[in-house]
Amino acid sequence: MAYSIQDYKSDVHSNWCPGCGDFGILNAVQMSLMDMQLDPHRVAVFSGVGCAAKTPHYIQTYGVHTLHGRVLPFATGAKLANPNLNIIAVGGDGDGMGIGAGHFVGTGRMNLDLTYVLFNNGVYGLTKGQASPTLELGQQTKSLPQPNSSGAVNPLLLAFASGYSFIARGYAYNIPQLKGLIRDAIEHPGLSFVEVLQPCPTYNNINTREWYGGADRKDAEGTARPRVYNLEDQDHDPLISSETATESRHAKVGVFIEKALEWGDAIPTGIFLRNLTQNTYEERIGERIDTYRSEPPARRQIENNQQSVADLEPLFEELRVF
Amino acid sequence: MELIINHLAWRIGGAQGSGVDSAANLFASAMASGGLHVFGNREFYSNIMGEHSYFELRVSDHPVACPTTRLNVLTTFDAETAIRHSNEIADGGALIYDIKLIDTPFEKIPNLERRVQQDLGKVLDEKGLPRTMNSMLQLAEQRGITLYPVPYEDLLKTDEMLQKLPYATLKKMVNTMSAAASAALLDYDLKFINQGLEETFSGKQKVIELNIRAAEITYDYFKKTFTKPFSRKIEPIESNEKRLYVNGNQAVGMGKIAAGCSVQAYYPISPATDESTYLEGHESFPLKNGDGKGSILVLQTGDEIAAICSAIGAGLSGARAATSTSGPGFSLMAEALGWAGINETPVVVTLYQRGGPSTGLPTRSEQGDLRFALHAGHGEFPRLLVASGDLEESFYDAMRVFNYAERYQTPVIHLLDKGLATYKRTFPYFDSNRIKIERGALLSDEEAAKLESYDRFAYTDSNISPRTVLGQAGGVSWYTGDESTEDGHITEDPIDRILMMEKRANKLVSALQEIPEDEQFILHGDPNATTTIVGWGSTKGSILEALGRLNNADHSVNFLQGRLMSPFPAAAFSTILEKAEHLIGIEENYSGQFAQLIREHTGIAMDYFISKYNGRPITVDEVEESVLEIMGGQAPQKVVLHHGI
Repeated sequence: MAYSIQDYKSDVHSNWCPGCGDFGILNAVQMSLMDMQLDPHRVAVFSGVGCAAKTPHYIQTYGVHTLHGRVLPFATGAKLANPNLNIIAVGGDGDGMGIGAGHFVGTGRMNLDLTYVLFNNGVYGLTKGQASPTLELGQQTKSLPQPNSSGAVNPLLLAFASGYSFIARGYAYNIPQLKGLIRDAIEHPGLSFVEVLQPCPTYNNINTREWYGGADRKDAEGTARPRVYNLEDQDHDPLISSETATESRHAKVGVFIEKALEWGDAIPTGIFLRNLTQNTYEERIGERIDTYRSEPPARRQIENNQQSVADLEPLFEELRVF
Repeated sequence: MELIINHLAWRIGGAQGSGVDSAANLFASAMASGGLHVFGNREFYSNIMGEHSYFELRVSDHPVACPTTRLNVLTTFDAETAIRHSNEIADGGALIYDIKLIDTPFEKIPNLERRVQQDLGKVLDEKGLPRTMNSMLQLAEQRGITLYPVPYEDLLKTDEMLQKLPYATLKKMVNTMSAAASAALLDYDLKFINQGLEETFSGKQKVIELNIRAAEITYDYFKKTFTKPFSRKIEPIESNEKRLYVNGNQAVGMGKIAAGCSVQAYYPISPATDESTYLEGHESFPLKNGDGKGSILVLQTGDEIAAICSAIGAGLSGARAATSTSGPGFSLMAEALGWAGINETPVVVTLYQRGGPSTGLPTRSEQGDLRFALHAGHGEFPRLLVASGDLEESFYDAMRVFNYAERYQTPVIHLLDKGLATYKRTFPYFDSNRIKIERGALLSDEEAAKLESYDRFAYTDSNISPRTVLGQAGGVSWYTGDESTEDGHITEDPIDRILMMEKRANKLVSALQEIPEDEQFILHGDPNATTTIVGWGSTKGSILEALGRLNNADHSVNFLQGRLMSPFPAAAFSTILEKAEHLIGIEENYSGQFAQLIREHTGIAMDYFISKYNGRPITVDEVEESVLEIMGGQAPQKVVLHHGI
C-alpha cells in the first residue's frame, strides 16, 4: 500500500504566521518523503530552536526538536548510532549560521549521509525580528532600531568550505522545485545542504515574496521580472564525479563560487554542487568495523539474560601482570 | 636495624618526556610479576615536554590504594628531582642519583619555580650551604638518608656492548638503569626487571637486549659498590591470581564496553581523554559466546556541546551512549543535560574533576565540581549522580550508570577525578557478570510493532513511560526541549506542566527506593564508633588506610563514604551521623561541598573539616595526622592540608 501525503502529516496545528515561507518548505519536505515512499518510522526529522525548528512536530515521522544551534550534533549522534535511518535536519539561519555555525562546519568535515535544510529569512523571527547572520550589512528590517552593522555570512560558500558534498538552494514559494531538491538531497550519498530562501512576512520587510518575485522591477508590459531563477535554465552542471578531470573540477569549483556569490537582481536556485568523489563517514567506519551496518551501535545486542555479552578477556590480557 | 620486607614507597621523577613513566611502569611491572600488590600515582604538569613530573609507587604484600607522604626510596636521574623531592624521604630512606649532576645549582634548572627556589634556598642559606643539588643531598644525609651515587654515563660508556651506541640512544636507557638500581637496592631479583623489559619492548629484540644489558651493568655495579644492606627488601610472593595493572581511565573504559555502551562522543580534555582514546583503540572486541564481535564507536567532536548532543542523539536511536569530560567541558554541556532531562533520554556523562575554576589546574586533582554536577543546567530536572571511590568501583559503577540511565530515562553523571583517572593498581580481573544489564522500559521491535497508539511520555504509575527508539515501527514519537504533552508535542498548558514536572521529579523518589544501599553509601568500620569521617571519591583509599592505623591505635573511628549524591539518601545519612559523637568531613576542595550537601538534606553539620585544594591528592599520612590533631583538641575547625610537590 502506497503512502499518501496524509501519512506524513501530523495532527498538530501549526502556529506559524499566515503567509510564512515555512509552510512551503514543510509541504515540500512531506511531498519529497511521499515521492520516495519512505516508511515514516524510518525517517527522523531533527530541528534546532526557532520558528523553523517547529517543523518536526508537523510531520508524521520521528521528530526531535533539540536545542538552539545544536541540531546537527544531535542528528549526527542518531545517524551514527543507526546509519539505516533517514535523517533530515532543519533549522533557521540564526540557528545554523549563528549559534550553530561551529557545528555546521564540524559536521561538514564528516560527510555523513544526512540532509540539512536551512530556512533562511534573514531575521530571528521567534524573538521578534533581530538581524540574523544572513542579513546584509546596512539593511534595516522593520524591527531593527539601527541598520545592521555586521555583514552577512554566505551559507553556500561556508557549506563548500566545510566539505558538504551536495549544495543546493531552493525558494519557499517554488514548492515543486524545492520538493525535487530535497529529494535529490536525501538521495545523495553523503552530507547534503539545502538553503531555502524563506520570506518572513512579519519581520523581514526587505526580502519579501514580492521582492523575490521582482514586483519592483516590471518589464515594459508591466510583468514582474523575478529575481530568483533556476540554474537548470542555464544548463548548469553541478556534478563532480571520479570521472571528472582535474581541470574540469577546478573549473566547476570556480563556477560554484561565482554562482554562490550571485545576489541582488539575479538569485540562482537549484543544485549548485553534487560531489560524488568523497566516501561517507559511515563507509569509513564500515571499513574498520565490518558489522557497522548489519548490527549498528544502536541495535547491537548487548546482553544475554542480562549478562554482558562483551568478552573483556583480551582487554585484561593486555594489561595483565606476568 | 629491623629489616622491613615488602612494604615500600618508591618515587621516580624527571622532565616530562624523559622516560619517567616508562621507568615507573617497568619497576611496577617487575614488582607485580613478583606477586606484589602495586599502587601508582602520577603527577605531571599541563605540558608536553620539559616540566617536572614524577611517579610514586607503593608496593606491598597486601592491596594498597593511596598515596603516602613518607617515601622510602627516591630514584632520580636528573638534578631537579633530587632537589625537589629529597625532603620527602622518610627517616632511614634512600636516595639514588646521578653523581655527575651534584654540582647543579638551582638557577640552572629553569622549571624550578621561584617559590620552590626560595623555600629550599632559605634553609640552605641559613646553614651557609650553596644552592646546589649537593647541598640538598647533604641535608638528606644529615637526616639519616643513605645516598647512592650512580655514574650512569660512565657505566654506559665503559661497557663494550653499549659504548658503540650513539649518545642519544644511551641517554634513553638511564630510566631503565634507575629502575635496575632500585631493584639492586631492594635486593630484588634482576630477572623481574628483565622480564619487564621484555614485556615493555615486546617485539623489539635489539632494544630489549640493550636495555637488559644496561640493567645488568647497573645492578652489578650497585651490588658491588654498596654492600651494606638497606633497611627494606622486596621478596617475590607466590601468587596464582590473574591480575591486571590498570588505571582509572582504562577501568572506566572497560566498564563501558562491558555495559554495552556503543557510542562515545568526546572532545579532548585532561584528565578524561585517555578513556576515549583507550576505547577507540579497542573499538572492536570479541563476544563471550565466541561468534561475532562487538564494537564501540568513538566520535571526536568539535566541542563538548557537540559531544553531549551527539551522545544524546545516539541514545534516541537506542544506543547506550556516553560522553567523557572534565570541568571546563562539562560547563559547556549544561544546556544539553537539561534537554536529556526533559526528554527523559538516557545519557551518561563521565566527569573527571580537575582543579578549577576556568582552566584551573588541568592535570591536578580536586573534588571541586560536586555542587556543579548536582545543579548544572537551568530549571529543574532529575539526574543521578554517582561518585566512585576507587578503581574497582570505577569499573562496576561505569556499568551501573547505564542501568540507571535507562531505568530512570534520565541523565546520569559518573563523577570521578584526576586521582582516579591516573591512579594505577594491581587487581584481580574484574567480573562483568557481577552487574546485570537492565534496560528498563525499552520496547523491543516486536513490542513496538504491536502498539495501537503510542505516547512517548505517557503518564504511568511508575512515572516511567515505555520507550521506543528512532526507526522502530509503531513507535513514531516526538521530542522537544519545550515542555510537552504525553505525545511529545509542545505545550504551555498549566495542568500538563504540573503533571510533567511531577512525573520527572518522582523518578528520583523511586530511584532512592530501588537502588541497593551499598550503591548509595558505604559505612566502613565499626558502626558504633565515636568518630565518623565523612568523605567521597578518590580520598577513599587514604581514609581507609588511615582508619586502619587509627583503630589499631585504639581510636574509635569509622568512615561513611558517599556514593549516590543524587538522589541523596538523607534518611540513612541522618541515622548514621546521629550516632557519632564527632563528625569530620574530608574533601579535596575549599568549601566542603559534600558537607554542605549533607547539611542541606539532614541539617547535620560536620564538627571539623579537613580540606585540601593545592591540586595534590590527600595522603594516608595527612588523614592520620590531621584526625589525630583534631582528636587531641589541637586543631582549628578547618584543617587545611598542604602536602605535595
